[in-house]
Amino acid sequence: MSAPPLIELRDVSKVYGTGESEVRALDHTTLVIDEGEFVSVMGASGSGKSTCMNIIGCLDVPTSGGYHFRGVEIGKLSPDQHALFRRHYLGFVFQGFNLLARTTALENVELPLVYRRVGATERRTRARRALFDVGLGGREHHTPAELSGGQQQRVAIARAIVTEPSLLLADEPTGNLDSVKKDEIMSLLRKLNRDRGITVLMVTHEVEMTSYGTRTVVFRDGRVLTDDRLAPYRASPSVGPSP
Amino acid sequence: MIWTTILMALREIRRNTMRSFLTGLGIVIGVAAVISMVNLGESATQTVTGDVAKMGNNMLTLVPGAQRRGPPGGESAPPFKIADADAIRKQIPQASQVAPASQTSSLAVYGNKNHTTSVQGTTLDFFAVRALTVEKGRLFTEAENQGGAPVCVIGHTVEADLFGRQTGVGESIRLGKVSCRVVGVIGSKGQSTFGTDQDDFVVMPLVSFQRRISGTTDISAIYVGAKTPAGSERVKSQLTGLMRERRRILVGQSDNFSVTDMKEFASSLTAITGALTALLGAIAAVSLLVGGIGIMNIMLVSVTERTREIGLRMAIGARSHEVLLQFLVEAVLLTTLGGVIGILLGLLGSWGGARALGMPFIFSPTILVVAVLFSASVGVTFGFFPARRAARLKPIDALRHE
Repeated sequence: MSAPPLIELRDVSKVYGTGESEVRALDHTTLVIDEGEFVSVMGASGSGKSTCMNIIGCLDVPTSGGYHFRGVEIGKLSPDQHALFRRHYLGFVFQGFNLLARTTALENVELPLVYRRVGATERRTRARRALFDVGLGGREHHTPAELSGGQQQRVAIARAIVTEPSLLLADEPTGNLDSVKKDEIMSLLRKLNRDRGITVLMVTHEVEMTSYGTRTVVFRDGRVLTDDRLAPYRASPSVGPSP
Repeated sequence: MIWTTILMALREIRRNTMRSFLTGLGIVIGVAAVISMVNLGESATQTVTGDVAKMGNNMLTLVPGAQRRGPPGGESAPPFKIADADAIRKQIPQASQVAPASQTSSLAVYGNKNHTTSVQGTTLDFFAVRALTVEKGRLFTEAENQGGAPVCVIGHTVEADLFGRQTGVGESIRLGKVSCRVVGVIGSKGQSTFGTDQDDFVVMPLVSFQRRISGTTDISAIYVGAKTPAGSERVKSQLTGLMRERRRILVGQSDNFSVTDMKEFASSLTAITGALTALLGAIAAVSLLVGGIGIMNIMLVSVTERTREIGLRMAIGARSHEVLLQFLVEAVLLTTLGGVIGILLGLLGSWGGARALGMPFIFSPTILVVAVLFSASVGVTFGFFPARRAARLKPIDALRHE
């Protein structure tokens, strides 16, 4: 392949604390993700999956090793440069939704565009479209308190995709939802991945959720334990495969 | 971007209406207190200056006895004589009016009514120096003055007390044992700043007073009007020189008379009211400080409460200075809104206060600008620390905050 991969973690380590209390969250990890992949990351707590995700999301910096995004080293940028990187290339979805309370769905979705200096009219139009795309057309003026958990997560996804990011980072997006809603959200993520080519990186505890993705990476003790590329299309996604 | 930030901050303030209101209340009260204190102080200053001007512009008062503090007493200085006034008139050309005066307190009687008042014997210059104008009737003439005619001019209060609603002009009143005809009534000046009634007096020609009432040729005060306001200082030094000479005071001996310049008096009064205004304003400013600390407190609470929100904003690409700006703008908006409400309340308060105290209401645009700028800077000062705390959060920690 001539084009560089979207993400390339090369020999990345992350160490918290020093001396006796030193914790090696990532231990010389190498991970390459191509454009268009839907990667599910699994592992027990403390396995390093969240740290890996945070480094890829530029919310944390590696202690050593290189992080290349489309061939450009970005692991050692300043916090402000990381903020700008997130602003222009990333979308985030969290377990706890992290919507602004007492703020309408539309305004929540507009928020990333505000930081991108998009004008008010265009902001409104794009936010409406994003809400429509996640199936929440007509709910623009509901506040999070007036929406169900699944709907709140849809608003959060709309907020993540409204900027048309290259990479969507989802941190246990279904962790707070019941099984029906889990399926809705996962189908939505898969649809965004397939139809728009948005690369998705998802951390999850639930094995069933990996079936929506194209690849599953399992972490243990700060290293990649297994890395399976699944068939790009699965006939029956609701059936959980056994690992 | 700044406009969007302001809109965002306004939304945030509206989202917590009650809390924002209570937070801003400290600033509202502080600004209202400062505005009303300073405004009332200015009203008082203007009232005082106006009153002093009413007493007579460019007036110098010459009285026997050294200027001293403490209780009156000690050696008594010799009074002035008519010749002193004549000498001033001749030797100090800058003194345009010279009015020798003698004064006593007396019971004025008309019919079955009586009123105790002060009776002055003086010359026509007195009216010019003291800026007194006739409202009804006339002043006494130079001939009446020279001839010692039994005529008098009375103040408003005296007329009202003795004659009720009728005019006293043409009537005869009794001052002690002396009867005199009222020829005129002086226009009202109202109460002075010091609470004395400026309309409670009877003026008669000096000669009449000396012959009929006091029985001496002593002069208890000489009022001198300077030609120009600027000239009053020179006139004062000339008066001092002349009087030292006439009263044979040797070099090294202190004066046994004193000269009061109305202008000096006015400026010292203005200095006093100015100092009082500053003091009251400073006390009021303390409440503004307390209000500012209230803002800081709430902003700190808000930063803690909204830690996850801050984390989210950072995750979607807000740089730390943008987070700082957001919280700073929120604090500044809160204090500025409070400041504007405070200004309105302060103006209302000082207007009511001025009315209640019978002073003119003074609207000074400067203080408004100062108040707005000041309350905004309170926002910057007390909002900065919480805002910096928000900006310094690490996105990953902020997102994990419970």
